[in-house]
Amino acid sequence: MKIAVSSSGNTLESDIDPRFGRAQNFIIINTETMAFEVKENVQNLNLPQGAGIQAGKTVADLEVEAVITGNCGPKAFNVLEAAGVKVITGISGTVKEAVEKLNTGNLAYAGGPNVEGHWV
Amino acid sequence: MIVTIASGKGGTGKTTVTVNLAACAPNAEVQVFDCDVEEPNSHLFLKPENCSKEPISTMVPEVDMEKCTLCKECEKICQFSAITTIGKKVMTFPEMCHSCRGCEMVCPDNAITASSRVLGDLIKGTNSAGIPLTWGELRVGEAMSPPLIEQVKARIDPKAISFVDGPPGTSCPAVAALRNSDFALLVAEPTPFGLNDLALTVEALKKLDVPMAFVINRDDGKSRVIDDYAAKEGIEILARLPFTREAAAVCSKGLLLVDEIPEMQRLFKDLYSRLMQKADKGGKIK
Repeated sequence: MKIAVSSSGNTLESDIDPRFGRAQNFIIINTETMAFEVKENVQNLNLPQGAGIQAGKTVADLEVEAVITGNCGPKAFNVLEAAGVKVITGISGTVKEAVEKLNTGNLAYAGGPNVEGHWV
Repeated sequence: MIVTIASGKGGTGKTTVTVNLAACAPNAEVQVFDCDVEEPNSHLFLKPENCSKEPISTMVPEVDMEKCTLCKECEKICQFSAITTIGKKVMTFPEMCHSCRGCEMVCPDNAITASSRVLGDLIKGTNSAGIPLTWGELRVGEAMSPPLIEQVKARIDPKAISFVDGPPGTSCPAVAALRNSDFALLVAEPTPFGLNDLALTVEALKKLDVPMAFVINRDDGKSRVIDDYAAKEGIEILARLPFTREAAAVCSKGLLLVDEIPEMQRLFKDLYSRLMQKADKGGKIK
């Protein structure tokens, strides 16, 4: 399965970025092979508003099936839901740890946003 | 003639100056417009009666998916991510929309029509002294005040003398209130914070090409920070209102300084005539 993980770095050992819309990077990873690429989110990180919407579009356009992140606000969640991308929120630690937890079936999909917009 | 009372820093006394100046005007010749729509308070002092209220809305797009061909032109023109295509859907985010109607104009399929969202209320009344007051009250939860401020300002009679009580800050709401004013009276607080935000407003007004003067409020007779800045910028100080416990007590009761403190009445009357002289350089008042 191809997923996107918000990350403050660019390796599998990097920490998960707690922010979705204004995440530093997205690690786009194949959960079976652990092959990954880095999608920068700088263009959305610096937006005055609408970062969640644009970040949602960014990962939806990469045709990922799921997103793992710390916090996801209502607008980003709506975009991801409309695009059919499942969302897992409340995750911290490294990207690798999160994917391993997902692979062992230890992560649950969120039914809605877990924070208000502009929570930082 | 439109005189807007602004400050930069909040809580320097914009409303105090606005309402007391208006109360000093001979024959209630001034109309007051409270454009601090996020927290309007001129009415607490002017006490208008028989108020009427009307809801004010702004345009937001509505998409007819039967007509939409997913060309993404609307998404490209929108600078605020208020309309965006996701797969085979077009999503709108009304709270992000700035009502520019760009999406409606560029849509080649006429799939976008104008819907609306309520911004707040416009309220009007006249007090027992005959001073008309118009103000906006932003809906709780609404973030976009400039379109409501513009609706309040649309009620200004250009032939009358109008005082606009502006919002604090120097961002969009303050600019919306100050734009197209004939004169700006800046209420300056002689503190480092007061000076910092006053200077930001002065720079904004230079760009807006609005002439200005200062009134120092809460003057403790010691600090010279505003005097020094005014001298450097060549901006006139029209009055100095003293920092007294008595003035604070009067304001806290919702009363007018000019009614309660003779010294304040003298200062405000003097300020009113100096302001009219200075602001009316263009000879708009007969």
